[in-house]
Formats: sequence, structure tokens, C-alpha cells
Amino acid sequence: MQNSVSIRDLSLSFGAVNVLENLNLDIGNGEFLVLLGSSGCGKSTLLNCIAGLLEPTGGQIFIKDKNVTWEEPKDRGIGMVFQSYALYPQMTVEKNLSFGLQVAKMPKPEIEKRIQRAAEILQIGPLLKRKPSELSGGQRQRVAIGRALVRDVDVFLFDEPLSNLDAKLRSELRVEIKRLHQSLKNTMIYVTHDQIEALTLADRIAIMKSGVIQQLADPNTIYNAPKNMFVAGFIGSPSMTFLRGEIVEKDGKPVFHTNGVDFSLDGYSAAEPLQAGRKVVLGVRPEHVKVNEDSAGAEAHQATVDIEEPMGADNLLWLKHAGHSMSVRVAGARRFAPGTAVRLSFDMGLASLFDAGTEERI
Amino acid sequence: MSDTVALNPGPALAAATRAGVEPRGAKPRRALSGRNIMLYGTLAVAALYYLLPLYVMVVTSMKGMPEIRLGNIFSPPLEVTFEPWVKAWAQACTGLNCDGLSRGFWNSVRITVPSTLISILVASVNGYALANWKFKGADLFFTILIVGAFIPYQVMIYPIVIVLREMGIYGTLTGLVIVHTIFGMPILTLLFRNYFSSLPEELFKAARIDGAGFWQIYFRIMLPMSLPIFVVAMILQITGIWNDFLFGVVFTRPEYYPMTVQLNNIVNSVQGVKEYNVNMAATLLTGAVPLIVYFVSGRLFVRGIAAGAVKG
Repeated sequence: MQNSVSIRDLSLSFGAVNVLENLNLDIGNGEFLVLLGSSGCGKSTLLNCIAGLLEPTGGQIFIKDKNVTWEEPKDRGIGMVFQSYALYPQMTVEKNLSFGLQVAKMPKPEIEKRIQRAAEILQIGPLLKRKPSELSGGQRQRVAIGRALVRDVDVFLFDEPLSNLDAKLRSELRVEIKRLHQSLKNTMIYVTHDQIEALTLADRIAIMKSGVIQQLADPNTIYNAPKNMFVAGFIGSPSMTFLRGEIVEKDGKPVFHTNGVDFSLDGYSAAEPLQAGRKVVLGVRPEHVKVNEDSAGAEAHQATVDIEEPMGADNLLWLKHAGHSMSVRVAGARRFAPGTAVRLSFDMGLASLFDAGTEERI
Repeated sequence: MSDTVALNPGPALAAATRAGVEPRGAKPRRALSGRNIMLYGTLAVAALYYLLPLYVMVVTSMKGMPEIRLGNIFSPPLEVTFEPWVKAWAQACTGLNCDGLSRGFWNSVRITVPSTLISILVASVNGYALANWKFKGADLFFTILIVGAFIPYQVMIYPIVIVLREMGIYGTLTGLVIVHTIFGMPILTLLFRNYFSSLPEELFKAARIDGAGFWQIYFRIMLPMSLPIFVVAMILQITGIWNDFLFGVVFTRPEYYPMTVQLNNIVNSVQGVKEYNVNMAATLLTGAVPLIVYFVSGRLFVRGIAAGAVKG
């Protein structure tokens, strides 16, 4: 796949603070890449560098195999959508859309044509004569997307575009952005701190922390095979349960041992040999634990229900298990009173094992 | 049970309401409460304190000299006459000139208009550049500019006289306009910088993505959003420059004296009779311009000051 955007050894520092350090990233043609991380991780900074709004301290940026590191934003073939919409308040929607084209001295009929097309795609035709202050949040963001659309760019940049909207509108526009990507097939780079947006929209997710990409992979891999404990803890709600313990030998096979309980590691494919005595962390997602109501079996994984959180489709249980607190997701119809004794079984094929020292996946 | 009542006055209150009529219409207000009497009393006294001198001036300026000599300064004029106003405007003498304040008025206009326009134009671009185009050394530049605002004017008078002399414009209106423009720069730049910083940064970014340059963003995005702050700057400059006395008297020659200097010369003339009515009329005429500016744009002024002052 030909690369649409390539970032080579990009660094950026504000004074003594390094926001980005030697960052490398290749984004394929037509790919939807999500930059995910908590605030201050450098994801917006990276986006601003790609847009040309911030000048990097080192490294280079290529868009469509053209070195744009020192180009003006307008010459990079990008369009950007901001969290605060950033519509020009004194101009009508139509003027907002045409401003960039007028600046570029495009002939009038062509401007008209492009605005009509964008208005059709985004269903903002009836709003063209209105001022931004007369629009709702969702409509404003549509216009902001339209402003990127009319410029007919190679790469769309989204800077937390849905963060200012309420939950219902957010999920509606999320679907619309995905539909837009499916029909336009442009490259899109999307910054967010919302993991749902990341998981639902992305072809690939880049999870960032302190200016470094922790893992770059498709949503499925990120979710099921997180590269380290940061990624594992960041993605998933409620978070993955981490159990600290060590590897012991039992019947010639490695077994995870914590607080007097053994977890068989059958089914877990470790990338490294698991020698006995190694300090490790076992990560279990809430939906990868089976809850059996009969507490009779000989199996050691006895637990009691501490708190029950019914969420409609699912029912979230907080269990006490071998001195740990553990969250488990069961079907919404299965209800458990606090104090109920249950028996757990674990699907080791879906669990994650991390080194306790490096916090990297084993 | 008594405990519950003490902790939760709700039931007791509800009972009281039930006993009377149901609440209906606007909340009744008592006009003559102790609080209101205090409040409006204080306001009235303060207003009187500031309005009384104005009243005396207006009344006196419409009296003839014989009536003034009676000494009843608070009594309204028995015979209303506008002769003192005419005299103040067109006939009062300063030195050898006897064409009244009109000469000073036109001088002041010729000083204030260009000074205000130039200083606001330059300062708004300054503030815009400092707020949005963070160039190397911008902070240092801004600091130096602000320090300039705190140096007492008197320190700089003599050096400026020399500079103007060397430039060959000492004693001219051009020289005075340049001095006013420069002295307005620190505070106006601060004002505009703060205002432009308070506008959302993403708007500026969006305009850059759209391909607009320095001047296009300034004229097409920033200016239309900045009317209030321009009005504030205009009022500050017009009143400041119109009321200026020191620069006017130091940097110009008598034929270019602004209205304030001429007013002083009329009021403080030592020869002849003290014509109080003419003096009062002259003072009111001189103060009229800033007063009118305030009345016309007062609302915008308050809005702009609030907008510019919030964010530093």
C-alpha cells in the first residue's frame, strides 16, 4: 500500500519539554488512523505538526511522497476539523465554506459546485444562509467537516471533533464520519481520547503516551493482544483486571500463582518461555471470565459478589476473588445479589500476561 | 419530631404557605425597605456631589457678569444669555490672539484625529501579531513595550524635544501627532493583544488551513469580530489626547496650541476682569468632546473593557 502520510523521526519540544520524540508513523492511502491517548500525550501536537500549524524541532513529514515539512498549511493538501468547530462567526455557512476557496482565487462556478456537493453529502443545504450562532452543535460540526470537504483534500485531520457534543449526537455523528470515510475513501487522521470512537472508527489505532506511540495496530489486536500494561489498561471499560503474581512449575507445566490460587496457562500462547519464579502480571478482561452459579465444583476459583451494576444489556459484577477485586461482565438477564458465592473459569486464550518489571506483554 | 422540624424547615414553611394564599405572580418587592433607602440614599448623595459643580458651571455660564457679582452661585440665571458662550468660542483673548477657543478646537481636532487613527491601526496590528503569530523574541518585545507604559512621561520630555528638533518637526502638529501615537502604543497594544488572545485560537488555525495570510486573517477574520475593542481604544485615545495638556504645551508653538492649553490661557489671564461666565463656558466647550464620545459609545465601551480584560 502506498503511504499517504509518512512521519520520519519527528521531534518537537517547547523549551526544555519534549512533547514528541523521534516519532515514526506511516499512514496508508485511504486509511482511517486514530491517535488515541489521554490529554497531554502529544496526540494533538502531532496532528498540528501534520497540519503545519506547529513547526517541528526535528524530523520530516511527507504527504503523498512530497516533503511538506516546511510547507504552509494550505499547500499540504489537508483539511482540518476542530473540537470547537472554529466557524467564522460573522460569516454565513456558505461564506464559511467558500472562504478558503475564495482565498485560493478559485472561479465562482467551481466554488458553487463544490459547496453544493458538500451540502448534499452533509445534508446542510437548508442551512447555507444561516450564521453559525443559529446552528446547533451537531450542525456546526457538519459545517466544519464541510469546510474540509470543499477543499477537496487528500488527508482529513480531525482534532477531537465530537468532544463538545452530547452523547446522543456524538454517536450519530460518529456513524456519519464513518460513512463519509467509506464513501470518500480519503485518508483520515483522527485524534480522540474516547476509546469507543477509536475502536469503532479506526482501521488502525496508535495509542500514545508522553509523546511516544505505545502500540500501532488494528482495533482487534489492540483490544485482545495489548502490547503492554498501559495499552491494556487504557482500552476497555471497565478496565482489564490485573493480578500480580509469579510463574510456578506444576506437573511440569508453567502455572500462574497469586495469593494461594493457581491459574492454569493452558491455551495462552506466550512469545517467551515462562520460567518458574518469574514475576508477572495476569490481565483478564471482564467479559473473558465465565461465572458459574453452583459453587460446588472442586475448582479453586471461588469468588463472592461484592457489587452489582446492571447496565441494561450487560450486568457488571465486582467480585472478591483470592484477595483481589475483579470486574466481570455477564448477560443483563443474569442477576446476582451481593454476597452470592460463585465459581469462575477463565479463558486463558484471551488473557494477557505481562512482565511485572518491564510491563511488556510476554 | 421536633428534631425533624429544626433540621428541615420545609414542612413548616409549606404549612405557612397553605395558611395564606397560594403564591401567584411576580415576587412582591418592598420599595421602602431599609436596605433600599440606604442604597439609593448613598447613590443620590454621590450623584449630587459630582453633579453640583457641573450645575454651577452651566448656570454661571448663562448669567451676565452683574448677576454673577451678586454671589448666588446656586441660583438659576434670572436672564438667560448665551453671550459668554459666543465670547468663549470666538472672541476671548489669549495673548495677542482674540479669536477665542475656536482656534484651539481646530488644533485639537487636527491633533486628535490622526493620532487616534494611526495609534489604533498600528497597535491593533501589533496586538494581533503578538497574540497570534508567535515570532521569536515576541515576549521580550512585549515586555519592553509594557515597561514603556510605566516610565513617567516627565522623564522623556527633554529627550523627545531633542529628537523632534533633530528631525526638524519640533513645534509642529506632525511632531505632536507622532508623540501621541508613540505614547499610546503600550497600553493599546496590551489591550489589543489581550483581546485577540481571548478569541478562540482554533479560529486562527482554521483560517490558516484555509490558506489565508497575515493580512487576510487580520482583515477578514479578526477585524469583524473586534468592534467593541476598537471602540474602547478609540475612546481611550480620544479622551486621552483631547485632555492632554503637557505634551501640547511642550511640543507645539502658540499658534498650534490645543484647546486645553488655550483654555488655561484664557482662564488664567491676569489682565482685566475675571469673566467667570466666559471661563465656565470655555471649560464646558473644551470638555464637550470627550463627554459626547462617552455618551455615544458608552455601552460598547463597557462591553469592550470587559471582553479585553478577562484574559491576560
